[in-house]
Amino acid sequence: MQYLIREKMPFLLSCIALLLLACGSLAVGSYSIGFDNLTTSKGLDLFEVSRLPRTLALILCGASLSVSGLIMQMLTQNHFVEPSTAGSMQSAALGMLGITLLWPEAPILFKMGFISLASLAGTLVFLSILSRLSLKTALIVPLIGIMFGAVISALTTFIAIHFDLLQSLSAWTSGDFSGVLKGRYETLWIVAVVTVFAFIVADRFTLVGMGKSFATNLGVNYKRTMFIGVLMVAIVSGIVVATVGILPFLGLIVPNIIRRLRGDNVRHNLPWIALLGAGLVLLCDLIGRLILYPFELPLGTILGVIGAAIFLYVLIRGPSEVI
Amino acid sequence: MIEVQNLSKSYQGNNVLENINVKFERGGITAIVGGNGAGKSTLLSIISQLEEADTGHVLFDGQNIGSISRELLAKHLSILRQDNHLVGRLTVRDLVSFGRYPYSKGRLTQEDQNHVDTALRFLDLESLQHRYLDALSGGQRQRAFVAMVMCQDTDYVLLDEPLNNLDMKHSVAMMKMIRRLADEQNRTVLIVIHDINFAAAYADRILALKQGKLICHDCPKTIMNSETLELIFDTPVKVEEHDGRPLAVYYR
Repeated sequence: MQYLIREKMPFLLSCIALLLLACGSLAVGSYSIGFDNLTTSKGLDLFEVSRLPRTLALILCGASLSVSGLIMQMLTQNHFVEPSTAGSMQSAALGMLGITLLWPEAPILFKMGFISLASLAGTLVFLSILSRLSLKTALIVPLIGIMFGAVISALTTFIAIHFDLLQSLSAWTSGDFSGVLKGRYETLWIVAVVTVFAFIVADRFTLVGMGKSFATNLGVNYKRTMFIGVLMVAIVSGIVVATVGILPFLGLIVPNIIRRLRGDNVRHNLPWIALLGAGLVLLCDLIGRLILYPFELPLGTILGVIGAAIFLYVLIRGPSEVI
Repeated sequence: MIEVQNLSKSYQGNNVLENINVKFERGGITAIVGGNGAGKSTLLSIISQLEEADTGHVLFDGQNIGSISRELLAKHLSILRQDNHLVGRLTVRDLVSFGRYPYSKGRLTQEDQNHVDTALRFLDLESLQHRYLDALSGGQRQRAFVAMVMCQDTDYVLLDEPLNNLDMKHSVAMMKMIRRLADEQNRTVLIVIHDINFAAAYADRILALKQGKLICHDCPKTIMNSETLELIFDTPVKVEEHDGRPLAVYYR
């Protein structure tokens, strides 16, 4: 019983906190929705068309991007890599531009598939650069990822300027949830499926994170696991970029906070990472909506400030020794 | 039995292993010795299928080891290499539990838990089981990795320089533990080791490599003479008798 309280209580409390944040996210907006007018048709409409989709999209993106960050970190054995520092997100943006130019009327699922494929290709290129690298220090790996991402972004910008799409491009990629409406976020449920799948294969990622010979010794197919992981990250990056844009650093901050507190066991950490990722995004979005009420600050900005502050605090305080 | 046939391997034109033929019978400890770059670790890596040979075969109980699936092999042969440069923040118990991965794929049964408990007790790690690996000393961490391999419950255990970074006390404890692994649990142990005296004191057979070639594969008594040792290690070695056992002296 005592074990149960010590192990499960923090998680339960965190779930309740997430629920409260979600309720806050549902309640805040320039049109006030409370229990009194939720039953009126206007209130209900607004709730169904805008508020609920937005809150769900925030939760799904926050959780899945954080989990993707963790997967990237395990695959590269480097704790400072995440989809936006590995070229995955930037490649997805390039793919999005590409499909808009090539086949703008394409069905939404085809578009998502194309964008995810672009993200997959970019991530694989990044990994193949890494495998050629003789010096894989903790900082070189993310630096190369950031440079690689910058090159892809530059290419994307160049093409966008050429076709006079620069404004649309910056609107797509800015990590904005204010445009999330019913009918325009449902593809995000696919990333929910990917995230659930991560729970099933979690142990394999822990083992791959311990190194190739370590994983191979225990009967894990190293190459296949790498590919599955990259595929998962690419699908999440592709769909999130296509739906709401780029949310930087989330996949970096959240897994590292949890890792500092709870170690490297992926299966034990996944629920926490998904929870904290969703919570952090909800909180930042809420702040962004309240700070200049009734105007909004972009989520990415708030996330950068708050995330950096928390991350610095955790880094300086150092790992906790849980006995 | 593991049988190595006509095995050769080269990296960028350098022959690391040249036409190696050797049989490892079941049971006991075989120490693989030789100077730096003699091909010891490469031999271990090829036997355990972490690296591929250029030519030649490894037969595992008569079957070509390459045709055995990785998942199945993990239940019969385990290898511990010394390249765990990045030590994940796992607890000792989590790490040891991963030794059961080939059997339970992470969903541990009661039987798996018993194996974990036994391994932790065997290596005297019970009091450290909830500590993180990165908070342990080198010797404790080494013991945790060996406990994991023991938990894997394989007939063959391959250890690449298990005494690396261990002080005198911990080296002796580690060798005693490996001896018990062979004697009490009937494992067949292959270890790469630098210290010829440790090899002679604990191993049943010594296999010596020099520049990728097999020099000899015999019991320690036969190998422990200055002529053979000087051939293997390329440095003057005197062999003296101490407590009825041969002792190589090569320090000055």
